[in-house]
This record gives sequence, structure tokens and C-alpha cells, in this order.
Amino acid sequence: MNIIIDYGVGNLDSVQNGFKFVGMDTLISSDPALISIATSLILPGVGAFGDAMDALKKSGLIPFILEHVSKGKYLFGICLGMQLLYESSDEYGLNQGLGLLKGTCRYLDISFKVPHMGWNSLTFNQPSNPLLKYINERDYVYFVHSYYVKSSGQEIVASTQYEINIPAIVMQKNIVATQFHPEKSGTVGLKILKAYGELIQ
Amino acid sequence: MLTKRIIPCLDVLNGRVVKGKQFANLQDVSDPASMGKFYSQEGADELVFYDITASSEERLISLEFVTQVAKEVHIPFCVGGGVNTIEDFTRILRIGADKISVNSGAVKNPELITQASRKFGSQCVVLSIDALRNEAGSWNVYINGGRVKTNIDAIEWAKRGVLLGAGEIVINSIDADGMKQGYDIELLKAITEAVNVPVIASGGAGTLEHFEEAILKANVDGILAASIFHYKELSIRTLKQYLSQKGIAIRQ
Repeated sequence: MNIIIDYGVGNLDSVQNGFKFVGMDTLISSDPALISIATSLILPGVGAFGDAMDALKKSGLIPFILEHVSKGKYLFGICLGMQLLYESSDEYGLNQGLGLLKGTCRYLDISFKVPHMGWNSLTFNQPSNPLLKYINERDYVYFVHSYYVKSSGQEIVASTQYEINIPAIVMQKNIVATQFHPEKSGTVGLKILKAYGELIQ
Repeated sequence: MLTKRIIPCLDVLNGRVVKGKQFANLQDVSDPASMGKFYSQEGADELVFYDITASSEERLISLEFVTQVAKEVHIPFCVGGGVNTIEDFTRILRIGADKISVNSGAVKNPELITQASRKFGSQCVVLSIDALRNEAGSWNVYINGGRVKTNIDAIEWAKRGVLLGAGEIVINSIDADGMKQGYDIELLKAITEAVNVPVIASGGAGTLEHFEEAILKANVDGILAASIFHYKELSIRTLKQYLSQKGIAIRQ
């Protein structure tokens, strides 16, 4: 069972619609009992880092998410859901994240327009990663964000260029995440969801 | 490289996509989800649905199309038309839209932009401006579907909108709209130079060159067009090929 974590943040229906299109059934839930027996968890998110972390804390679901990951089961973070997996963010003051991945989130301090909003192309850092199985280098995906992940880079599967290099897909063992919205990235995004579905089998 | 966006705009009346000029001779063409799917397959980067349903009671029913679009279309889409309250925002975003465009509602109540961007993030608040050139050579903001003139300067309103929290500006030139003589480049340029958020051009496209001109001369981030696509005078695929050949970053 795949659970899309409902903590009051993000457009959950669109994520569910995307997975449904590639034949993956998901359940939108905030029930710890269901989350503890899930095969994979999907952590969506839009808005500000601090607000989302507060909502996640209030939901009481953090221990269940951490336990899920420690058992080696898959977790997929989307957009802000990816940033939450890291140690911290400086969005509106320093906020602690889940710390599942090493690195921090920083503001896009660049001369280009921020937010980085629209379709941008992918460069593969790890071309043989299973998540990229159905897509090609330079395929376009849809981004909307003002902060980006700064890390040692070992977990980066694919990145995009917007004045600077921005991590776009990351994976570390059973943790997967995308900075862009795969559910809004047309056929390319759906192919990534499909690859994820096969990965968790 | 971030690409320039091509955005078809669909008018929705009582839950159905309609075609017509200046709100006259409206013809029912299709349901919003099928049309959205068609344009998405044609290569549209984003979709805009303007709900032109007149009464608020009918509007509640009309908006059910958003749920259906969200189910079948896997690219971002924006919903506009008659959004006046934060409750409208909450409801439309919850049923699956990615962005909301505000126009008259924001002129009458600018606080709406601030409230919505604080609650949902500026990326989903699009300020749509209808502008008409005046004798002094500047542009006035018009509301209520371009029928009512205000004394607000369009450039100033765009700047203020961004300060209030709008994450994108759609600028529609009433002079150019429907004329197929090209975009009002001067107006677009004044806007792109005044704000640091994405600017989408609307109104005036008649040829491939008009799109190219708006992107190269006015540096807009996207182009919104309706009739040229609906009447199949130009396909999105052809347009994207053309712009790409001109060296413009386009998602193919």
C-alpha cells in the first residue's frame, strides 16, 4: 500500500491522479496505523518550509515516517517534500528538517527571476539510476520553487541549470525525491512515477 | 534552460468550453477536460480556464470541471474569472488547480492578493491586468471584462501587485486583443522592466512572428492565446517548432 501523507499541505489529489495514471493505487491518509504498514510513503508539500515542518510536527506523524525509513521501506518526497528530508532550511529563519539526508536548503540568490517557475531540462548525474529508466537526458519537467538543496552531491541523480546547478532528483538507498512536480510534468513526470512504482516492487 | 511557456486559454460557460468573439455568438465546443487533454498532447506548457459563467449560483456547479481537469491533465493549470474571496481560492486550489488568476476582484480588494499569497504561496497567485492605452501614452487598468475604466496606471498596478504578493503577471492589451496585429510590445516591455516575476503576454497574436516578437523584443516569459489556437489557425506544435528554430528555449 502506498500512502500519500496528508498533513494539510499540498495538492494531494494531483499527486494521487498522477500515480493512478501509471497504475499505482495510493491512499491519502494521516492515520499512523496505516502509515506504519505502508509499503511506500509519499511526502508532498507546497508553501514555506517552517510552516510545513510545523504542520508535520503537529500531525504527530514524524516518528512513524522515520520508523518507516529505518525499516528500509521507500519514501518519495515531492517539491517542498524533498527539502523537508534534509537537515535544515534558512527560509524565514533557520528551521530544522527531518534530517534523513545530509544537506541544507538555501534561497536561490541569483540574478534570474525567483521563484524558478516553469519547464526546465534535466542533466543526468547518475545515468544508470533506475528512476531515469524511461526518460532521457534533456527531458523537461515542471519546477516551482525559491529554495534549493545544497549538499555534498552524492545523492543527486539528476539536476537542472538555472544560473546555478540545482538538484532535481535525489536518491539515497530507500529515499527518493524530486524538486520538481512529477505529477505536473506531463508524460516525462508520469514516466518517473512509473519507474518509482517498479522500484518499490 | 528554463523555457518560454505557450499557454492556451479556454473560456468556460456553465462547465463547457465555448468559443466566441467578445462574449457574442458563443458556441459550445467541448468539455474542459477533453480540450485540456488535447492541448496538453499538442505541447501546451500550461492551461488557463476562464470561467465566464454569469451568476454565482451557476458558478458553483460550473467549477466542478476543475476536478475533472485535474484528473485528466498532468500539466499545470490556472483558473480565473470571478475569483473575489479567499474562500474561492481555497476551494479552487483544493479541487486541483495550480494557480488562480485574479483581475477585477484584486482591483476592488488588493488585500486579496496578500491574503492568498500568504496562505498558498505567491506561485499560485496570478494577477491578470486588462490595460488600454490612453491619450497621454500610458495605460489604464480596466475591470469587469474590460468594460469599466479605472484611474489606475497599469504599470504601477503591476508593481504594486508584485509587492502585495502576486507571483506572476498576465498583461492583456485591450487595444490589441482580437485584432491579430501583434502584441503591444511597448506595454509588455514596460511591464517586464518594472517587475521581477514572470510576465505572460495576452492579446493580439495573429502570426508566428507576433509570438517571436513578444518573446525577443519584450522578453516575456510566456504567451497566452485563445482564438488563434481554437480556430486552428495555428497549432501549438507548429508554433513551438517555429520558435525553437529561432533559437528561443522551448519545451519540445
